[in-house]
Amino acid sequence: MLPSRRLAVTLLAAILAGGAAADTQPGAARQRELVRLVRQDCGSCHGLTLKGGLGPALLPGALRDKPLEALRYTILLGRPGTAMPAWKTILSEAEADWIARRLVEGFPEER
Amino acid sequence: MSNTLTLFRSLLAAVCAALLAACGAAPVRGTGDLGLVIERASGAVLVVDTTARSVLARVEGLGDLSHASAVFSRDGRYAYVFGRDGGLTKVDLLLGRIDKRIIQSGNAIGGSISQDGRLVVAQNYEPGGIKVFDAQTLELLADIPSAYGDGTRRSKVVGLADVPGNKFAYALFDAGEIWVADVADPRAPKVTRYRNAGSQPYDGLVTPDGRHYLAGLFGEDGVALVDLWRPEQGVRRILPDYGKGQEKLPVFKMPHLRGWAVAGRHAYLPAVGRHEVLVVDTATWQETARIPVKGQPVFVMARPDGRQVWVNFAFPDNGWVQVIDTLEGRVVHTLQPGRAVLHMEFAPRGESVWISARDDHRVMVYDTANFRELAQLPAASPSGIFFTARAARIGF
Ligand code: HEC
Repeated sequence: MLPSRRLAVTLLAAILAGGAAADTQPGAARQRELVRLVRQDCGSCHGLTLKGGLGPALLPGALRDKPLEALRYTILLGRPGTAMPAWKTILSEAEADWIARRLVEGFPEER
Repeated sequence: MSNTLTLFRSLLAAVCAALLAACGAAPVRGTGDLGLVIERASGAVLVVDTTARSVLARVEGLGDLSHASAVFSRDGRYAYVFGRDGGLTKVDLLLGRIDKRIIQSGNAIGGSISQDGRLVVAQNYEPGGIKVFDAQTLELLADIPSAYGDGTRRSKVVGLADVPGNKFAYALFDAGEIWVADVADPRAPKVTRYRNAGSQPYDGLVTPDGRHYLAGLFGEDGVALVDLWRPEQGVRRILPDYGKGQEKLPVFKMPHLRGWAVAGRHAYLPAVGRHEVLVVDTATWQETARIPVKGQPVFVMARPDGRQVWVNFAFPDNGWVQVIDTLEGRVVHTLQPGRAVLHMEFAPRGESVWISARDDHRVMVYDTANFRELAQLPAASPSGIFFTARAARIGF
């Protein structure tokens, strides 16, 4: 309980500090894994085409006006009280940032 | 010259005959050992033969099949496939082709078929509600919006299951309600609402006898229960504090419920956000045991004879499958069928089980008596596996 809260605070601080995350982009192989993860595993709630399901649509039209930090924060820490889980044990901050940016501009297809 | 021509003509005739035999008339055979495998990413389904353990046909053009499910006509000839994009496709298993296809909503999650086989019902996220169709023609007969609160909002519908009397029970994720729609007269449906069923029901099941409807809750610990034989008693809460005092793990995938959770007198239910299967006595609805397992359970399915319960898991433990021996009340075997195990289906009497491994693009078939591999079938990102034996079961 405590360590995870401490982690959350650290993460939050890092997120608020901004910037840093974008510097360490995931490598090409990891990017492919992330595309698959988003399409398949985020897709189980948001739909394979990200048009929505139990969770809302994650298409550019739906996300464009939302601040990147907020999206990254949602991905890493989830939304307590909803079905959106925290992915911080699976995704690094840089990876969440990469996913958030790709979602906003239109998420790549799996190749 | 004329010889070659004659030869050419008879060859042509032979080819035509072969083509007619292949594509024209239905082969004379039963469908009791047939089924469907959903190819999640390619909008196709495989028609499979569980006796020969082979693929009979691949049918394309079914749209977005993420989270697709299927039910069967009572004669076992047609499958109704519900796609995420709101597509409802009637597939002819014998001819291996689409018989009819409609887009019935913007975002769907599954469906069910009525006791008499005449009505197919789809459960929808967007716009929220259920729709009732003529099973033969797919003509829309009734549209029942899941309006709640001040009546302007519509809830996502989950856990739809048919119950005796041409009724359907389902749960409203956003509203926390259970509804039972009586569609004996499909043009004039009657709905019974159970309010305050619990927070965020994520799926539901009907016991194999059709008597009890259970909705698993995501927003709080516990399961909502309606005794459909005693509807006046309303909704009751069971397993109210199975996770008390402990922080839930992040749930990367919602568990699924269906009548296959019941083995003999006990129901085996996934504990949300915990690495446990909960065992409930269906005579008293009291918890009798918790069985520790490898990850967060998604499907907890009893072999038809009830002696074993097979469990698969949410990401990131989705490469494993575990087998519980119901007599011993513990895990007796662990398998690794492949990467991203999404679904399992038993042969009608349970001697074998088919398991889809999405990221290894294959379906594995195991002998349930000794866990030996019996076959491997290639499939593109396979997800759901559905056998025609479902046609004869209440609650599917
Ligand atoms: C178990 C279901 C589930 C899974 C899996 C899931 N989400 Fe979500 N997600 C939700 C729900 C439900 C919401 C809406 C929460 C709310 O009501 O505020 C949501 C909200 C979001 C939002 C905010 C959208 C907005 O409009 O503000 C983002 C971004 C998001 N999810 C990204 C992801 C990503 C990326 C993944 C995979 C790494 C993922 N989700 C996996 C259920 C899920």
